[in-house]
Amino acid sequence: MTRSVKLASLFVLAALVPLAGASAQLGSYNPEPGPRETVAIRGAHLVPVSGPDIANGTIVISDGKIVAIGSNVTVPSGARVIDGAGLSVYPGMMDASTAMGLAEITQGADATVDNAETGNWNPNVQALWGIDPHSAHIGVTRVVGITHVISSPSGSILAGQSALINMAGFTAPGMAVVPRIATVIQLPGSGGRGGGRFGGGAPAATPAAGSTPLDSLKQMLDDARAYKVATEAYAKDKTLPRPTTDLALASLGPAVSGEMPVIFPAQSVAQIKEVVKFAEEQKLTPIVVGGRDAWRMTDYLVEHKVPIIYTNTLGFPTYEDDGYDAAYAAPAKLRAAGVTFAISAGESNPDVRNLPYHAGMAAAFGLSHEDALKSVTLWPAQIFGVADKLGSLEVGKIANIVVTNGDMLEARTDTKYLFIDGRNVPLATKHSELYDTFKDRK
Amino acid sequence: MPATITSALRRPTIEEQMKRTTLVAALLVVATAASAQSPARQAPPATLITHATVLTVTKGTLTDTDVLLQNGKIAAIGKNLTAPAGARTIDASGEFLLPGIIDPHSHMMSDATNEGSLSVTSMVRIADVLNPTDDHIYDALAGGTTTLNILHGSANTIGGQNAVVKLKWGRPVSEMLFPGAMPGIKFALGENVTRKNSGRFIVIGQPQPQPRYPTTRMGQEEVLRDAFTRARDYQAEWNDYRAKVAKGDKNLVAPRRDLELEPLVEILEGKRWVHAHSYRADEMLMLLDLADEFGFKVRTLQHALEAYKIAPEIAAHGTGISTFADMWGYKIEAYDAIPYNVAVTMRAGVLSTINSDDDGRARRLNIDAAKLVRYGGLTDDEALATVTINGAKQLGIDAKVGSIEIGKDADVVIWDAHPLSVYSRPVTTFIDGEIFFDRDQDAAMRKSLAEERKTLEAAEPNKLPQSGRGAGRGAAPAETPAEEDHR
Repeated sequence: MTRSVKLASLFVLAALVPLAGASAQLGSYNPEPGPRETVAIRGAHLVPVSGPDIANGTIVISDGKIVAIGSNVTVPSGARVIDGAGLSVYPGMMDASTAMGLAEITQGADATVDNAETGNWNPNVQALWGIDPHSAHIGVTRVVGITHVISSPSGSILAGQSALINMAGFTAPGMAVVPRIATVIQLPGSGGRGGGRFGGGAPAATPAAGSTPLDSLKQMLDDARAYKVATEAYAKDKTLPRPTTDLALASLGPAVSGEMPVIFPAQSVAQIKEVVKFAEEQKLTPIVVGGRDAWRMTDYLVEHKVPIIYTNTLGFPTYEDDGYDAAYAAPAKLRAAGVTFAISAGESNPDVRNLPYHAGMAAAFGLSHEDALKSVTLWPAQIFGVADKLGSLEVGKIANIVVTNGDMLEARTDTKYLFIDGRNVPLATKHSELYDTFKDRK
Repeated sequence: MPATITSALRRPTIEEQMKRTTLVAALLVVATAASAQSPARQAPPATLITHATVLTVTKGTLTDTDVLLQNGKIAAIGKNLTAPAGARTIDASGEFLLPGIIDPHSHMMSDATNEGSLSVTSMVRIADVLNPTDDHIYDALAGGTTTLNILHGSANTIGGQNAVVKLKWGRPVSEMLFPGAMPGIKFALGENVTRKNSGRFIVIGQPQPQPRYPTTRMGQEEVLRDAFTRARDYQAEWNDYRAKVAKGDKNLVAPRRDLELEPLVEILEGKRWVHAHSYRADEMLMLLDLADEFGFKVRTLQHALEAYKIAPEIAAHGTGISTFADMWGYKIEAYDAIPYNVAVTMRAGVLSTINSDDDGRARRLNIDAAKLVRYGGLTDDEALATVTINGAKQLGIDAKVGSIEIGKDADVVIWDAHPLSVYSRPVTTFIDGEIFFDRDQDAAMRKSLAEERKTLEAAEPNKLPQSGRGAGRGAAPAETPAEEDHR
């Protein structure tokens, strides 16, 4: 089969998918994206996030990347041109704390829930292999402009490795931007109240006589360091004894060397300090997810250079003395103090689509509108070290682009075009299909 | 108060309750007149809100308009109104005035949610267990919400009697109960009743609970049919008795009062409205058909996540729905929920509202309403109606609240931006013309609280060792070694 025939058959297949969706089994509701195209959106309001807005500009994407942006851009010949009059163009949003694709119906359908492995020591478990690319959550989330998320395992002390995925694709590996972007540690003793959707996180392990779960964790990290030294030494000098392969210890290598960030769920001042102290002792690179009390300890967070994925914007005040808007106003306080942070909805998969309204609430209570946008685009990308690929409209970045009829953070705004990985993503979802099926019933 | 003792001993019938409300209202008028000196219950001063964009909900949007709140009512709406003597004037230039938000499904203030031991618990009343010091009341006021329909949970097919309240923070429950609200009752269908969606009733270490009938949707229909059959017999028994008494028979013994069946008779007689928790289209239809058969109307289907599948049938029955803006997928029966639900039902003529069912969301129902503009293209006014006037109609209080019209209760909220914008915040929340939340007052209270705290902490007896970091909203810790619990 020639390449063009293959492509043609792929198109036929793609055309059939929405039809199949109507009668499909659980979780095949998302129409698949088209091929990577060369597209120019012309005469639109461009919001690069990384720089000032361009009132009447053009953005060109090709081969999955942003190739040009500005007020004076030549549209390449052969490009599909979208008239951007009245439309705004944004970089896609990122939620850095989800279990996207890992759990479909959490109550009463345990067989669809795969976000928490059994046991406490699962560092080599990978979220990527549990992600269902056809989960209905993916479709309804992306159409509000959330184009990529981090999907994390939970439920163990060493819960496994998170994946950064695009919100469109035929397969999980095809969706992966970074298949293993962080490892998750739910520190024992940090209270059993994890960040965001990590929920009642830290497990109540029964310690072996004379050792605590924390001792066991430290031992495992020590072992991982030793294993790394041994395997690296052996790689250089094959006369050394060959270390027996240990998948768990091997998976921790990038984390114990500090290259791979470690997601630590933590909410209270005490939990956050405990986590930071632990990370510093162990020379890990921590990212705190949750951060309910982060605004009470900004000096500490700045001093220790700890980034926060704040999942609590729509939370309640914690203490009697707190203002009613303590949680709403926390992002503004973090910003004013110079804490590195991003906003996550911290919600279960069906509700991740509320992310823009979390950022909007932060903006209503003191965060600037520009910073509210950054908190769900550029900043999470920076915190996870992928700002060279994602988070703003800049030449060379992945073409994850949202075209709207208004302010992307507003609940009344609608998405008109969506590109993920440079592919046009149809805006149909499980919800719009059901709507279309029943709306004209008499 | 003797009335309280009486009510504890002998429950009033609904007519008696209504009479009593009138009596209490009359007494209050007398009491207010008699104790006009009492600062606690002085009528609030008149308030003239000027230059607002008034979102009346029922009569469109009025720009640069003044609204006069006087004697607890909306007294005037117009341009260049004159403030009466002694009135305070609030310049709302650039701000928006919206009726107080009405949340048709809440469990706020309720000390107990489910009396789940029986399948029919029509005898229990949520009004008996309301906590007026629940600080979520204040949080909700700060989100522009002024009225709640407080319902029982969904553990049983026929739950308990509801309470409609105005969120008069700082007042006793007796002053929060909405005068004249239509009495209601919670019904529930589906998974929460059959208890098949979670093991949450199982407590580790405790003997596993016996299954409680019904455990299927078939059983739910039967429970309803049985209950209303018994209620009809009970009604007939009383009607026979009353007829004989009317004919002069003096030797009869009255039938024994049945507190379970009495509210069901009220339903049959149209004196109590049913608010039925339901998800799947088939169970909603079952209830509507059964109600037809027994001759009553279901006032609202609560949640009603699949209402869009049977919108014509619901409309034909004259039933309303109260649903989530976009909550879905958290259990099997919520997997076909769509955020276009209201767009479909509203266009089919169904009186439709958005509710919170959650003290968190009760603080931002305006944003939930805004989502309906995106999903299905409701107009701004239609979206706002789902959290104001439509809820008032579903609770029988639309003559008093739900829109900004002359003569209605002065339950209004000033917002600093259009309330359908995510960037908007309530600035001042009025109920019956009184301010129950105000951002400036809130800031001042916080300041004085902080000063008080500082003084107290400096006082010798309060110095180390630190103590009092228990559960709940205690003092915010500077350093927290101990684990504290979010409420």
